[in-house]
Amino acid sequence: MNSLSDFVLVSAILFGIGVYGLVTKRNALRLLFAVEIMINAANLNFVAFNQYLPFGTAENALGQTFVLFSIALAAAETAVILAIVVVAYRLHNDIDVSEMKTLEG
Amino acid sequence: MAVVTVGSAIFALEAKEIIYGAIGLAGSLFGVATLFFLLNAPYVAVFQISVYIGAVAVLILFTVMLVREEGWAKEAKPVGLTRVAGILTGLAVVLALGFAIVATDLSQFTNLANGATFVNIGQLISTAYAPVLEILALVLAGAIVGAIALSRVDREETAH
Repeated sequence: MNSLSDFVLVSAILFGIGVYGLVTKRNALRLLFAVEIMINAANLNFVAFNQYLPFGTAENALGQTFVLFSIALAAAETAVILAIVVVAYRLHNDIDVSEMKTLEG
Repeated sequence: MAVVTVGSAIFALEAKEIIYGAIGLAGSLFGVATLFFLLNAPYVAVFQISVYIGAVAVLILFTVMLVREEGWAKEAKPVGLTRVAGILTGLAVVLALGFAIVATDLSQFTNLANGATFVNIGQLISTAYAPVLEILALVLAGAIVGAIALSRVDREETAH
């Protein structure tokens, strides 16, 4: 049986990959990937701790509930980011974030 | 499954073509969903699959295809220094978290056979966290409308 530290370690590794992506990549879509990976790492932590060490009774589903909210928020965030990417591509013909030096529409 | 998750997460960031990266991201999200299954949270797992892979990954794929052009391959390679710095930062984060995890004796907690079910989730969502649900619905609607407005305004501008 898997132990709690296995899941938390996987989550930590995923988070590290996300940090690496955020530091190195200059492509807006890659940055979005990195952020998604980090969000998933956090969600994994929520569910793992909810299963192994629930708050109060064993039937407490607080962690899973938070993950549902988090997934919905991430979906909203992704929609906005993708719209920004499309607009930026139309304006600059490029989605390299280091080329985006102006904030004017 | 953890190997698949981590491997496709790396593939998502390192794939040559960004469309393969998007598919790798979908694989990584699916891997996380299977980990949710292992954690006795099937409702969250199915939610993850339907929302992330069904909506987000498809949205990303469409955007990639929309934005892609012949100059797409010129995606700037990270300079050597940036790459090293990124790997070092990522490793530092993993090591710090890993040492904290190993130092904390987490093995004393055992997997609960009868954990929370979707009934418990439903009770939480519809009672104590009902306001959160409502606000979340508004946020989602606002985000979608904002996204539509962003791309629409731009189309009118370029028409001139």
